[in-house]
Formats: sequence, C-alpha cells, structure tokens
Amino acid sequence: MDRVLSVEQLNASYRKNKVLDNVSFEVLPGTLTAIVGPNGAGKSTLLKAILDLHPRLSGVVSCFGSPYAQVKSRIGYVPQRGSVDWDFPTNALDVVMMGLYGKIGWLKWPKRKHRELALAALEEMGLGNYADRQISQLSGGQQQRVFLARALVQDADLYFLDEPLAGVDAATEKVIMDTLNTLKNKGRTVMVVHHDLQTVEEYFDHVLMLNRTVIAHGKTADTFNQANIMRTYGGSLRWMGDRLG
Amino acid sequence: MSYTGWILLTASLVGLSCGFIGVLLILRRMAMMADAISHTVLLGIVVAYLVTRELSGVHMLIGAVTAGLLTSLFVQWLHARGVQQEASIGVVFTSLFAIGVVLIATKVGNAHLDIQHTLMGEITYIPWELTELPWIGAVPEAVVLLSGVLVVVVGVILAFYKEWKITSFDPALAASLGIPVVLMHYVFMSLVSITTVAAFDAVGAIMVVAMLITPAAAAYLWTDRLLVMMGLSGVFGVIAAFMGYYIAVWLDTSISGSMAFSTGIIFMISFLFSPRHGLASRLVRPADQI
Repeated sequence: MDRVLSVEQLNASYRKNKVLDNVSFEVLPGTLTAIVGPNGAGKSTLLKAILDLHPRLSGVVSCFGSPYAQVKSRIGYVPQRGSVDWDFPTNALDVVMMGLYGKIGWLKWPKRKHRELALAALEEMGLGNYADRQISQLSGGQQQRVFLARALVQDADLYFLDEPLAGVDAATEKVIMDTLNTLKNKGRTVMVVHHDLQTVEEYFDHVLMLNRTVIAHGKTADTFNQANIMRTYGGSLRWMGDRLG
Repeated sequence: MSYTGWILLTASLVGLSCGFIGVLLILRRMAMMADAISHTVLLGIVVAYLVTRELSGVHMLIGAVTAGLLTSLFVQWLHARGVQQEASIGVVFTSLFAIGVVLIATKVGNAHLDIQHTLMGEITYIPWELTELPWIGAVPEAVVLLSGVLVVVVGVILAFYKEWKITSFDPALAASLGIPVVLMHYVFMSLVSITTVAAFDAVGAIMVVAMLITPAAAAYLWTDRLLVMMGLSGVFGVIAAFMGYYIAVWLDTSISGSMAFSTGIIFMISFLFSPRHGLASRLVRPADQI
C-alpha cells in the first residue's frame, strides 16, 4: 500500500528548546492512529510542523507522495478547542462553513449549497437544531462536535485532530469515535493526539508513542505495551501499572 | 454645504471607517496595535513631508502605511525573539513616535504640522481647506481623503469577508486551508494605517483610538453576528460624531474630545443595557440562562 504520510528526520524547536528530535514515521491509508506521550512531548507541535504551522528546522514531510503545500485540499485539521475564542460573534453553522472556505475560493461568498453541506455535517454530529446558536452558548462537547463537523465538510483524505476528546462528555466521545471509525472504514486516514491511555486499545488500531522522538510506532496490539509506555512516559505513570501489570 | 454640515460629514466618515476597522481590531485582539499605529503614523507623515515637502493626501497615505507596516514588523520581530507582545508594542511605538516628535520640532516646525495638531486634531479648520472636484465643486480635502479611504476599507473588508472572518477566528485552520494568514495580517495593518492617517486631521492621534476601539467594543455587546456588529459599530461611530459635535458646541469645548467622550457614553449605555451582555439584563435574568 502507498504511504499516506511520510515524515523523515523531522526536527523542530520552540524558542531555544528542541521539541522534536529526528522524528521519522510513515502512515498507511485507512488507519486510525493515536499520538500519545507525556505533556511537552511535542504532540501538538508535531501536527503543526507537519501542517507548516510551526517552522521545521530540518526534515521532509510528504503527504500522498507530494509536499504538503501541494495537497492541502486533501488534508483536514482540527485544532485544540481551546485555541479559538468561543465568544467570537458567529454561530455554529458559520463555523462549520469555514471548512469550505478553501474550496469556495477568493472573492466569493458562501452559497446555498455550502450552507446545505454545512447543515448536513452538523446534523451528522447531532447538532442540526443548534445551527443558529451562538458558539459560546454551546457546551464543550457540542463545540468539539462543531469542530468535527467543520472537518467533515472539508471531505479530506487525511485528518489531523488535536485532542478532540479532551474535556468532552461521554455522549460526545461516542459520537466523535463513531465518526472517526466511519472515516476510517471509508479508507480515510486519521491521526489523533490523544491523552487518555485507558482508551487507546479500544479506540485506535495504530499508536504513535512520542516523547520528543518516536519511541514506538505500529499496530496498537503489538506496540502499546508496558515496556513502551514506560519508555515513553518514564517513571511518571505508576498508576498504569495496576492495569497493564 | 454649510460649515456645520462639512464638519458633521467629516466626523461621520471617520466614525464609519474607524467603526468597521475597529471590529476586526477587537476580534483579532489587536486594540493595542491600533494605539501603536495611531502614534507611529506621525513618523510616516513627517518623513513623507521631509521627502516631498508636501502635505498632500497621497504622500501622507504612503508614509502612514509604511510606518504602520514597519511598526507591526518591528513588534513581530521583537516578539519572535522573546520580548512579550505588549512590551514590544510599547517599546516600538514610543520609539518611533518619539523620532517623529523630534523631527517635527527640529526639521519641520511650521504651521501645517505641529504636535498639538497631530495629537488632538483640528476638525474646525477642515471646512476651509477646500479642493475643487469635477462635477461636485469645492469639497474639503479631508472629506475627499476620508471618502476614498472609506471606499477602500469597505471594499477590502467585503471582498475578503470570509477570509477576515476565518483568520480572525481560527488562524491555524485558515493557514491549513491555504489562506495566507500573514499576508492578511499586513493588509489589515495597512488598512488600520490608512484609516488612522485619514482620521488624523479630524480627530488626532489620541482620539482616533477612541473612534477605532470604543464603538466596536460597544457593538460587540449587542450582537452575535459579525456583519451586524460591523454595521452597528459604524452607526455608533456616526452617532458619536453627531453627539460629540453638539456637545462641543453646547459646552464650547474641543470637538474631537467631545466625540471621543461620546463613544465612551455609547459604550457605557451598551455595557449597562445591552440584552445579552449588559449588566442590567444579567441582574434581571436567572443565572442559568446566561
């Protein structure tokens, strides 16, 4: 199978601290990968460096065999929910439509078909009745679903999501995971920064364990074991010992 | 048109341009940059004057845009090297403004450009500084300049409306969609600069900040729609212009000062009584509905 994403010898720093150190990995199509690692391991920076949102010191990133800039329209990105101002004067439908702005093109305003696409995505997320709702009036879980709806309308082949399950309710967690699995079953590739080690085996078929560099990467069943967790997190995760014993 | 008519028209044009631009300033969390640019355009105007020995609209606009862009470049440059954002704004604009003040005092020092005028504006002279336009006749220069700037501001905002919206709300997503976030930032800084310099003559460097920020901050309290917020902000700017003029006539005081004061009154009314965010409505409404 052709690789969807290939990262070679990626290095990046934040101010003077090196955050990513020779990160190399490849991702196959139709996979659902969790990116896990302790705080400060460079998980978000890795996504941003792949997406040209954070400067790379060195390294090569290619998506679908091409440089990222040439295939932007095939890639969807869901930033952390906390990265935007939810008091912004706009409603849920407008936020979802933003996912289409790249396709609508310069000097054009969104048309009815864009509105309908956005509404359909909101309905898929169970938020059809919230289209006109100002975004600050949505719960955290609903806001996250709006973000996911926005990614869905992009109709991308490769998705990057930064902590989509952070601080959401159980219902939202289920909706989001169902959606990601649907995407996977359609042959799309999904990479998710994830923080809850307890659900990695249940939710993801692949795992990328990161602590400034790639500690382990592969099928969850083969890779997500106590030895690798210890190597990724050091001694900071004693509580996992009971479960993985 | 009468003397009063020209003054009201000039002030209203300032209110509209500043009101529209102000909304984006607030939503992009750049209110401090407006303060900075309103001061550094002084240096742009002085340098433009020293180079061309003219104080015409076009030269001023070019000087102001250059100064505005340099301000935001310097701020960005310092910030990227570890200086806090607000500290770098403070360092850059006071330094550039100071150079402007020194240059005026030593090199320019004539009636057309003095520090008092640039800080406070002198809208009362505007109806006498006329220029002839085909078809229309004698029109104050400031009105021509402000109308041109208003057309540019409205045109650029509407043409790139969805790009302004997405780069203000979620710059990371915008960049990932291929929208040139950095270019949009500098285009916006240019818009702030031309708006500021056009409003300069009428209200001066200090009052223009009131016109940029306060009507937009008030409009933010009344609506959840971006387009409505822009409309309201422009309307508030115009109301402040009229209110300010008549308060100034009534109290026989500075027109630009009264206009800035009026924006403050509009904001206070909004702060107290707007339906969603106002203090009064919060007291009336049960907490769980907020």
